[in-house]
Amino acid sequence: MKPVAFDYVRASSIEEVLDLLLEAGDDAVLLAGGMSLGPMLNLRAATPSLVIDLNRTAGLGGITANGAVTTGAMLRQTQAMRDDLLMTVVPLLAKAMPSIGHYQTRSRGTLGGSIAHADPSAELPLCLLTLGGEVELQSKDGSRRVAADDFFEGVLTTARQPTEMITAIHWPRRSGSFGFVEEAQRHGDFALTAAAVWIELDATGSLAGGRLGLGGVEDRPVAFDLKEFAGAPVDENLATQVARDIAGRTDPMDDHVADAAYRRQLAGVLGKRALMEAAGEAGS
Amino acid sequence: MTRLSGNSKHSVRMTVNGRAHEGYAEPRMLLADFLRHELGLYGTHVGCEHGVCGACTVLIDGVPSRSCTQYAVQADGASIETVESLADGDTLNALQAAFRNNHALQCGFCTAGILMSATAFLEETPAPTELQVREMLSGHICRCTGYDGIVRAILEAAGVQAEGKAA
Repeated sequence: MKPVAFDYVRASSIEEVLDLLLEAGDDAVLLAGGMSLGPMLNLRAATPSLVIDLNRTAGLGGITANGAVTTGAMLRQTQAMRDDLLMTVVPLLAKAMPSIGHYQTRSRGTLGGSIAHADPSAELPLCLLTLGGEVELQSKDGSRRVAADDFFEGVLTTARQPTEMITAIHWPRRSGSFGFVEEAQRHGDFALTAAAVWIELDATGSLAGGRLGLGGVEDRPVAFDLKEFAGAPVDENLATQVARDIAGRTDPMDDHVADAAYRRQLAGVLGKRALMEAAGEAGS
Repeated sequence: MTRLSGNSKHSVRMTVNGRAHEGYAEPRMLLADFLRHELGLYGTHVGCEHGVCGACTVLIDGVPSRSCTQYAVQADGASIETVESLADGDTLNALQAAFRNNHALQCGFCTAGILMSATAFLEETPAPTELQVREMLSGHICRCTGYDGIVRAILEAAGVQAEGKAA
């Protein structure tokens, strides 16, 4: 299908985008890579009166590393994957990003676009939540940072207000080790369920903390603190018990591709595998 | 900051296969439709129109991209390469010849997109493994071949290109 008619502005500055948002509000959409919004426009699931194109907007790219690592909202997924610093400092992204879409969509898709879109099965929202990162939002009133825990509110729904835009994503540097496993019907498809793990071990090699995140299970990515399971080494028994316990606390979605019971089962199995991957990495 | 009205056509200029072109598009016109209907370059195919099937894949400023989830007005000033850039007259390039040698197409609908993806992919990954080729191909749907011929063709083309580069 073809989209309904929309006005189009190629914004050259953040200031321009914010002026347009203030004027148009809910009637405007922000076009990043277009890997989700493009299909929604073409299928007429989105019928905005104005499309604001961010692809040539200054100040939305790049990667800077101070305490946290900050990625510009318009950083392309392929650019991120080719950045040695980002992949080294945020190893969970290095593990998860090859599962995002395809070679031909990562080239265009952006980090900020995926996080703004907030598909419940998407990898980047899951990683940001698991690591406890933040989203930077800007409006004419100034900027604010929202923790990932508060940002994702439901299916394609976030804490972003109509007059705000995402300008950057903050990825905390976490010590420890990481795992990422997802199950999809075909390589590059939406994940039925994905598990992301960050674990911290104490001096004796026992689990001390971290988080286990699950995507594609509930209407938004969810993450669980691993502190309550601390005190023992992460072996197969512990991984099985932790993942099963956490899977039991989820309230999975039921849809045409997978029912709730299957998603809960996947959460347990993939959570365990992701924990074992992280533990294996810590042991090596 | 120019606001392009949704109800009128606007001039769009781009370089396609090394040649400057100009056409007219409403903001909602897909880049793929612009290439076909404004510029007459029918080699780029339009399949699903939501970024899944890969038939419309072209190179935009050297980057393999879907041309159905981008709008023509976005590509104003860009440099595009389509399947028409590959052959030299009637002489197929190495990748196209490998597709022919390996029965890597039947109906040909998906072929243009796959050729453009593979062109960029082999530039970046000159000696790919079969797994890498198959992962790249996950972004394309072929309903005729079962993919084996396509995988063989791309691996063969990588061999041909590697020899060409060594010489």
